[in-house]
Amino acid sequence: MTDLEAFRQETRTWLEENCPQSMRTPFAADDDQCWGGRGFKFKSEDQRVWLERMAEKGWTAPDWPREYGGGGLDRQEHKILREEMARISARPPLSSFGVWMIGPAILKFGSEELKRQHLPLIVRGEIRWCQGYSEPGAGSDLAGLQTRAEDHGDHFIVNGQKIWTSYADKADWMFCLVRTDPDAKKQLGITLVLFDMATPGVSTRPIRLISGSSPFCESFLDDVRVEKNQVVGEINQGWTIAKYLLTHEREMIGGMGRTAAGQKTLAQFAVESIGLENGKLADGFLRSEISRWDLDARAFELTAERVLDEAKAGHGVGNTSAMLKYYGTELNKRRQELMIAMRGSDGVVWEGAASKEGMLPRMWLRSKGNSIEGGTSEVQLNVIARNILGLQ
Amino acid sequence: MAALVLNDEQQMLKDAAKRFMSESAPVSQLRALRDNRDETGFSRELWNSMVEMGFAGTLIPEAFGGSEFGNVGMGQIFEQAGRNLSASPLFSSGVLGVSTILLAGTDEQKQQVLPSIADGSLLVALALDEKPRHAPAHVHTTAQSRDGGFVLNGRKTFVVDGHVANLLIVSARTGVGDKDADGISLFLVEPDAVGVKIERTIMADSRNAAIVHLDHVKVSEAALLGQFDQDFDVLEKVLDIANAQLAAELLGIAQEAFERTVAYMQERKQFGVVIGSFQGLQHRAAHMFSEIELVKSVVLKALVALDEGDQEASALVSLSKAKACEVAELVTNEAIQMHGGMGMTDEFDVGLFIKRARVVQQLLGDYRFHADRFARLRGY
Repeated sequence: MTDLEAFRQETRTWLEENCPQSMRTPFAADDDQCWGGRGFKFKSEDQRVWLERMAEKGWTAPDWPREYGGGGLDRQEHKILREEMARISARPPLSSFGVWMIGPAILKFGSEELKRQHLPLIVRGEIRWCQGYSEPGAGSDLAGLQTRAEDHGDHFIVNGQKIWTSYADKADWMFCLVRTDPDAKKQLGITLVLFDMATPGVSTRPIRLISGSSPFCESFLDDVRVEKNQVVGEINQGWTIAKYLLTHEREMIGGMGRTAAGQKTLAQFAVESIGLENGKLADGFLRSEISRWDLDARAFELTAERVLDEAKAGHGVGNTSAMLKYYGTELNKRRQELMIAMRGSDGVVWEGAASKEGMLPRMWLRSKGNSIEGGTSEVQLNVIARNILGLQ
Repeated sequence: MAALVLNDEQQMLKDAAKRFMSESAPVSQLRALRDNRDETGFSRELWNSMVEMGFAGTLIPEAFGGSEFGNVGMGQIFEQAGRNLSASPLFSSGVLGVSTILLAGTDEQKQQVLPSIADGSLLVALALDEKPRHAPAHVHTTAQSRDGGFVLNGRKTFVVDGHVANLLIVSARTGVGDKDADGISLFLVEPDAVGVKIERTIMADSRNAAIVHLDHVKVSEAALLGQFDQDFDVLEKVLDIANAQLAAELLGIAQEAFERTVAYMQERKQFGVVIGSFQGLQHRAAHMFSEIELVKSVVLKALVALDEGDQEASALVSLSKAKACEVAELVTNEAIQMHGGMGMTDEFDVGLFIKRARVVQQLLGDYRFHADRFARLRGY
């Protein structure tokens, strides 16, 4: 038996023994996800146990080094873990901006001290993070951000306002872009800092969207003290890290164009909603539109697969994240439009069983934000035109 | 399942095809054939070199004189042919002819035909469609049993390279069943047989597709290819192989038209600046880039699926042809618009790309045909 086969066997056995039965079904509701953090209320004992056991093995961050609490798995072992988890439909034990975003950035750019302080807490799901990027005056033009950090020797005093900080009202720490040099060219005076949301001067307010309540918040920073040892990377070099994180975020959001495991395909949804006549959807015009979407969606899935295969083979073109983000989010919007159309009057019921208590129209409206958040579609197209096609 | 990247051998074939097509069969060659009203419609000399390169035998097993590089291999050649608008009988003989014989023929028929295709001595054409819009099951051409053989009557259109073929393969109705697809058989027909009349038609892309008239054409029993009355299944597989190659050609056309357009945007100046600096054009170019990335994926996936005998292969082929048609149409239209008045002139090559793209789109099923087939295969 090769090492990898042995690893697969061990993993399978361990998962069988340690994954509670109730954690072996897809998420049915939003609050099935475990976000962790100081104030997190576990929905069930199984959810708590599942997080604890996985965190102990470092498998909430499988590819991070062991010395910081991670699983220390190489690429192939990580793949095996994913496959074995998928085999029993195991839920991700932890949903975390720490694992997805700031953790990788600290690993790549952070000091040894920051790694030792933050990474183990992220792995264990003890600290929940939020992202302070956008500002009321800095959306697509993120580098124009105005939140000021004044140098006071061993610390900064930060003043400003952040917007679209997801789950800021529930988060324990924020990773935040601030302006440390107001005189430099705008990309050059930015620093990425970390601070505790309990620091005096930090307050948050939730934002209500066209789709109803949302995880988004506004965050107000009034004379917030941030220690200098909480700077990630170098002072005034934060834009590089911000771009790295944005690429990451785009890939995540772009993934929404794909049909997740366990999710109904649009074709299945259509057959249930409209019905078949002689083996074809009973509405010919909708059938054409669904087929058009289905072709694009399958082509998009295969493109994500190809990009990954090319990266593994070591000759990826890079820079594809803008394309995936642009295309994936537009696809998701089209999907939601079609689902609403297929359900007719039921598709626009806001409260009531016909639309699962408005879930359908709310998802439809929420999807409009996909092509805005993480860089608008127009910004992605700018990136493609400038960086890939060389048009300027 | 193979990864969606070329292996070393396929990459080498792609590089070789790229060099060969751009050197030996560039766009200027098609232009010359058109302007000289060339009788053959392609260069025999070029075809001989392509045979020497082994292109003709790409889909033919080694036992029958081919190189057996498979669908992915052939796809690399067609992509490059698309980029250069290279005119040759590779599609009619090397793809349609070869795969029909390979899938339906007896060992004897294979031995008779395949090595001659591989060595370039035999050109084959498949006579299939009867209506202007592709409908392979719509077969009114009949083959009636008589004197131990068959008599064929009917009319076929859009027979690619039919005017120069040494051998025709004809679909004909031999029976009637519940579906149009039942009762269809394939026959080998000599083009100089009594009753065969072949009319050359020059298409918008300056290439050839014949109308074939069959008036009481007698063939022997040995002319039957495959299973009497039940050849439609074979035909569908042949069409899958063929459409995957057409999708690869459309990918080449789209990429070349796009790259030429982007280059033009970087040099053409208006209002004192290059037009590539205008966001109105940049976003359209970036959208096309994204669409072309999707086509690359579906084309490679369909070719891989055919080589691996994937159960989903038919759906993937329709996906790739549909998407390639859609994007080639988008890109060639935008190419003209972004070239402005120059795009409308015959002097610029842009027009040649939209012409070839449109013919390939309508050959063996366009976007609508394949989107419909894809939906059917996906159960709706």
